[in-house]
Amino acid sequence: MTLELQAITRREGTATYIYETSQVFQPGTFNVLLGATRSGKTTLMQVMAGIQKPSTGRILHNGKDVTQTAVQKRNVSMVYQQFINYPMLSVYENIASPLRVAGIAEVDIKQRVGKVAELLRLTPMLQRRPSELSGGQQQRTAIARAVVKDSDLIFLDEPLANLDYKLREELREELPKLFAGRNAIVFYATTEPHEALLFGGNTATLHEGRIVQYGPTAEVYRQPNSLLSARVFSDPPINVLHVEKRGGTLTLGSDIKWKAAGPIASLSDGTYEMGLRPHHVLPTSAREKDTQLSGQVLVTEISGSESVVHFDVHGRTWVSQAAGVHPLKVGDIAHFKADLAHSIFFTPQGQRVL
Amino acid sequence: MKKTYNNKAWFFVLPVFIMVAFNALVPLMTVVNYSVQETFGDNVFTWSGVQWFSDTLTSDRFHAALLRQLEFSAIVLAIEIPLGLFIALNMPKKGFWVPVCLVLMSLPLLIPWNVVGAIWNIMALPDLGLLGRAINSLGIPYNYTRQPYSAWFTLVLMDVWHWTSLVTLLCYAGLVSIPDAYYQAAKIDGARPWAVFRYIQLPKLRHVMTIAVLLRFMDSFMIYTEPQVMTGGGPGSSTTFLSLDLVKTAIGQFDLGPAAAMSLIYFLIILVISWLFYTLMMRNEEA
Repeated sequence: MTLELQAITRREGTATYIYETSQVFQPGTFNVLLGATRSGKTTLMQVMAGIQKPSTGRILHNGKDVTQTAVQKRNVSMVYQQFINYPMLSVYENIASPLRVAGIAEVDIKQRVGKVAELLRLTPMLQRRPSELSGGQQQRTAIARAVVKDSDLIFLDEPLANLDYKLREELREELPKLFAGRNAIVFYATTEPHEALLFGGNTATLHEGRIVQYGPTAEVYRQPNSLLSARVFSDPPINVLHVEKRGGTLTLGSDIKWKAAGPIASLSDGTYEMGLRPHHVLPTSAREKDTQLSGQVLVTEISGSESVVHFDVHGRTWVSQAAGVHPLKVGDIAHFKADLAHSIFFTPQGQRVL
Repeated sequence: MKKTYNNKAWFFVLPVFIMVAFNALVPLMTVVNYSVQETFGDNVFTWSGVQWFSDTLTSDRFHAALLRQLEFSAIVLAIEIPLGLFIALNMPKKGFWVPVCLVLMSLPLLIPWNVVGAIWNIMALPDLGLLGRAINSLGIPYNYTRQPYSAWFTLVLMDVWHWTSLVTLLCYAGLVSIPDAYYQAAKIDGARPWAVFRYIQLPKLRHVMTIAVLLRFMDSFMIYTEPQVMTGGGPGSSTTFLSLDLVKTAIGQFDLGPAAAMSLIYFLIILVISWLFYTLMMRNEEA
């Protein structure tokens, strides 16, 4: 049951929401759509689900053209950021509603609802109304409605965004288990890079209506095909520097000179954009010879397990992310070392070269 | 440490208190005052206890007016609420026509009551009015100053014309506040339009509809200007609603005591019905 997008676009009036996109999704996969707000995640999902029609292009489901097929005939389910349930129906009836519309026998409905409710720990709440439940339970009900009917396509549009931290973590853990062993193609939209990393599966990075990169999550993270993809998939934001490589020297800005070692030495001479993830820029007390950075601390965010430090080097802001507590004072001069072995090089146009 | 109390806050409440006192408490107490006394000229008052209340409650005239009033409110609500909801459901939700529809719907609400009465008075004239002539030319005898059913028909039609918009606007506001995702979710389920209405729109409109029913009930129960302008309560006493009866008692006959007792009973009826309705509608809501 593959889902294939063939050169689809989505426009409304003069605004373009999705630029020409072609992509194939395989059955049994968990696909994270990662991008900032308004990057086109929701529109892309709705076009794939059939709620909105693509302006151009075709959508093939298992080789069959479904571009003009109405959404209720496509066997899809969707979970939204808001908790969408029928307000007057009990949790049981809510979960059963898609099965009732499909005309499934009462015995089967009972059995399937019972199983899903068990899985989502809703069994004690089955007779209650959604308004009597906590936010987390309301969203579980909505998720239960989505998974009870064995859809071919399941869309989760930022389903955890309206939940508080604890509930989010809880559900985040349960979600992949729900879909394991199913043949459905699951899509999960989020703005948070670490959510994509937690889920694994595949990730598509989106930017302004385009899929920038699609592939296994770890690969997209480690090997961004472009500066854009790297920026989308980095939190805190990746450090990007304009560098010039001449022979064995790497010049950052106008005055910082580092030694171009290892694979960097093999780059042809020229100017590049160098990306360095914050956790490859670490505070140090010793003076590093090759990749030394010293700057004034601007902001520190210490969560306990890690410290994020923003510091200024000759007018350019760098971000460092290190494990543990590093009590640096704002305004002080601090020293950092960059791990150049993990740097990523892009052409000035943003294409990955190393 | 001694706690200091700052009583300045009370001064800020004072203006509101004075206003409420002057426009609600004082007039109400005046009415209460009249309702327990016999009034003569020259400011002579004598105590009469609950005499006026028991008189009013056992008076056939009051019963007839109350029944008329209840019938009128029931008819008007039975038409305006479904009709208003129906129009709201069919109004466009976005695009060029939204402001046009909203303005058109608001127009009747902008017209003063007595003007509404005058417009319909002229329009329904059996020999000159557009409506009156049209109905008569269809062969249906229609004359609102002679036939009670014509008078009722005209009053109901006028009220529907005047106030359905209010229900529509309230329902419309409720409808557009339902997130799109609900409709999408229903669409994905393959729910039929009736199911969408029954299980999404109606439950989500419950609060605004409660308000709409309350407003329309209270307003229609207190209707005065329109029947006064149209027929003055006639023909006979067929459109003499509670408010008209009250004014006749108070101003026409100058029976201040009975009129005061009647006002209080009238007020209590509205209060009790509204409270009962609201409590019934909200009983399944938790805070």
